Amino acid sequence: MFLDLILLAILLAAVSGLPGLVMPRSSVWGERIAAACMAVAAVAGLAGVVGGLRGAGGAACGFPWPAAGNGVVGLDALSAFFLAPILLVGGIGPLYGLGYWPQRIHRRNGRKLRLFWGLLVAGMALLVIGRHAMSFLLGWEIMALSAFFLVATEDERKESRRASWIYLVATHVSTLTLFGLFALWRSATGSYLLEPVSPETLRLGTRHLLFLLALIAFGIKAGMMPLHFWLPGAHASAPCHVSAILSGVVLKMGIYGLVRWLALLPVPPAAWGSIVLALGVVSGLLGVVYAIGQHDIKRLLAYHSVENIGIILMGLGIALLGRSTGHVGWVVLGMGGCLLHVWNHSLFKSLLFLAAGAVVHGAHTRQIDRLGGLARGMPWSAAGFLVGAVAICGLPPLNGFVSELFIYLGLFHAALAGSAMAMVGVPVLAAIGALAVACFVKVYGTAFLGVARTPAAAHAREAPVTMRMPLLILAACCAVIGLAPVLVAPALDASTRCWMAGVAPGTPAIRGLAPLGGIGALGAALVAGLAAAAVLGRRRHAARRARPAITWDCGYARPSPRMQYTATSLAQMIVGLFAPVLRPHVQHPRVDGLFPAPVAAHSHVDDAVLDRMLLPMGRRLANSFGWFRRFQRGLTQNYMLYILIMLLVLLGTLLPIRAMVERWLAR
Amino acid sequence: MIHLIIHLAVLLILPPLLLGVIVKTKAWFAGRVGAPLLQPYYDIFKLMRRSLVLSTTTTWIFRAAPLVTVSTALLAGLLIPIGGGGAPLTFAGDLIFFAYLFGLARFFTASAALDTGSAFEGMGAAREVTFACLSEPALFFALLVLAKVSGSLSLTGMLLGTTGAGAAHATAPLVLISIGLFIVLLAETCRIPVDDPTTHLELTMIHEAMVLDHSGPLFGLILYGAAVKLLVLGTVLLRVVAPFTFGRAWLDWPLYLVEILGLAAVIGVVESIMARLQMRHVPYLLVGALLFCGFGFILLIR
Repeated sequence: MFLDLILLAILLAAVSGLPGLVMPRSSVWGERIAAACMAVAAVAGLAGVVGGLRGAGGAACGFPWPAAGNGVVGLDALSAFFLAPILLVGGIGPLYGLGYWPQRIHRRNGRKLRLFWGLLVAGMALLVIGRHAMSFLLGWEIMALSAFFLVATEDERKESRRASWIYLVATHVSTLTLFGLFALWRSATGSYLLEPVSPETLRLGTRHLLFLLALIAFGIKAGMMPLHFWLPGAHASAPCHVSAILSGVVLKMGIYGLVRWLALLPVPPAAWGSIVLALGVVSGLLGVVYAIGQHDIKRLLAYHSVENIGIILMGLGIALLGRSTGHVGWVVLGMGGCLLHVWNHSLFKSLLFLAAGAVVHGAHTRQIDRLGGLARGMPWSAAGFLVGAVAICGLPPLNGFVSELFIYLGLFHAALAGSAMAMVGVPVLAAIGALAVACFVKVYGTAFLGVARTPAAAHAREAPVTMRMPLLILAACCAVIGLAPVLVAPALDASTRCWMAGVAPGTPAIRGLAPLGGIGALGAALVAGLAAAAVLGRRRHAARRARPAITWDCGYARPSPRMQYTATSLAQMIVGLFAPVLRPHVQHPRVDGLFPAPVAAHSHVDDAVLDRMLLPMGRRLANSFGWFRRFQRGLTQNYMLYILIMLLVLLGTLLPIRAMVERWLAR
Repeated sequence: MIHLIIHLAVLLILPPLLLGVIVKTKAWFAGRVGAPLLQPYYDIFKLMRRSLVLSTTTTWIFRAAPLVTVSTALLAGLLIPIGGGGAPLTFAGDLIFFAYLFGLARFFTASAALDTGSAFEGMGAAREVTFACLSEPALFFALLVLAKVSGSLSLTGMLLGTTGAGAAHATAPLVLISIGLFIVLLAETCRIPVDDPTTHLELTMIHEAMVLDHSGPLFGLILYGAAVKLLVLGTVLLRVVAPFTFGRAWLDWPLYLVEILGLAAVIGVVESIMARLQMRHVPYLLVGALLFCGFGFILLIR
């Protein structure tokens, strides 16, 4: 019954963009129908998710696909857990799109965007309910390809085309690794079904290989350092609500894959937990450090996704460590932190991207240093961004704090029991928190506070109500999870139990291990205290109005917007501290003479993996294969000929030559 | 109940006196009479009665920041044991809540600084958020040591549990993290050698630069919040350095008062005999704190 709701949601999502295709480009009904379809799909699907989390998923359902026997889908708590963000963000995105990407302005690509949005959501939902390699891969490829078309929505821009091609290459490396993974799984277990196997079935070497392949394939998708290289470009050049779903939800499919595979593989060695934890530490720290160096608000948010994936991986690492050493408490805390951070990140990162979309919509630029003072013109979007910023920094009383608290507690337990990686993890997580605060002070303070730095920013107007509604929904979710974490405890318990199924049937509840009531009550007390103080202060000062004045600038009477501290200057000290890793390019201008000519200074931070390793390597490879061009004639017949020759050669190697030789010798 | 009332009274009333003691100590070193011990109280009361001057560039964030500073500091004060007994509020993992409350205050203070659109306040905000990136890991290393020594994950358990029988081998780590925590305390409460609260040159300030535009009651709240933060962090340090209690409330409270005022005097001495570090040297000092705390932890688990 609940699985049927999910299947209905998938179907609705998949067809949501089709009516728009048959309507004229000038019609607004296509986008309205799509938004309604996605909203209904989200509501139906979320009802199914609630059932799934209660453990009422029902029997698995086969769908006929002759090429691979039967593709099987089923709904368990883990699937339901990951379905929730897919459906929520997938459902409110088209609503946001009504205001942000209206058909009457974006006639050329609006229909394409909505078609692939629906397919993306359907693909991801299919992927998480897949119980068979084929249905998993089907969902995976639908997701990967529709994400490609979404990144390339504005394919007339060179930047978008470049980002989408890099993304396509990366995602196919990931898919190819998945082929290897499933082939190995099939040969080791004799089945394409994704079900836990007994420890005797898999030899240790096979298990290691499966883990490594899964780590690479899903790590690329999740944007784990150093496999994140495709991520900043792709997320920055897509339309903002697409960035929201790419960052908030699509990355989580990598995490889902990893979590699901680790549930399938029996008895993880302790080294796996340490490896995942170490990768989490690296991704978390470098992600936030790179984010601080960015000037483009969307690129900055994209790097923050790398950071948050790092935090999620730290939780997963703790859970793995607990599983291999038999500490069930670590598993509950680590898995609770990992899973809750998946939800939290999908909420606050979508919120931030959607609020950034409102900024782009209003001020027509993504450069933080060209914004300023937006909180006056667009107070709702500014408030939404503030909620997202406080949440992503992991500060109480919002949701980011709750999941980070679980991970901290898990790390503390593991560190006190002598796990070396966990000892590194505690101070690194603290540093990540402080760096995230620095980064979001930079963005929020520069973009939304102060005075507008450009006329465009000064004239920015608040986004329409269709764009504000999604912000409100997401911000409310952030606040609810932060103030009443007990509400999500059953979902976390069900999913953790599902992950541990067959290993430790009686896993304890997260409620007994983490102070859910305590942080909820203290957070509520903080909010109530602040609200009371604000009311009191307002009442007291209602009588005596505050005197307006200009900002104090050492007695200077006419401060100008250009005298404000810029985001670049704000980040300069931290970029300097991490200069050996970031290697920022700084161009200092020469100023000489009594009346120097106007000069400009530049500074930017390249991506270490893409710009400093992959691209130069690719260029060198391309140069050294220059001789290969003589085979490139540009004639289709030529290429067909090559294919024929290749096939003949392959067939030749398949000939039973050895048997023939033996037979000949025996004669 | 009585303990709770005294706890609240000390937390609410005592903090400005610490500022008075520091100023008096500095005056004594300089051979001056100095301001009265209670001068910070007079200042705060006077500021609270004055009217506001608000920069035309500011939004509600600017007015909210002082409230956030004070309320987070007071809430943090409810999580730590003052005097002999435990904290009014305690649960496993409250140490993380404690640390992140200051993060929340930092977020709002620095944002409020940027709200004014002044380059000086931006500079102060940049310094504040940068230095916190170094002092936070040091603080968490120290918390790890305390958790390991006491075997507890709540602040009350950690800060009152370092005198047990099993803690004898932990003396060296505790000494190391005391040094680290003292540096973190000086940095977080904006004292010399990291920051000079009495400087008159905007370019060299950290915390003071961030609050240049706050006036009247808002500035009074900021002063008071800073004093509460000094009391709270100072109490944490005291419980590590001198974890002794008599087990009798009527002796423990006076002992605590002597200790915390003594700590303020020590800070005054440090401020008198040291110069403020060059801004580019501050990170070295904070990395030093991180090293002290980190080596303390390594000593403990060897």
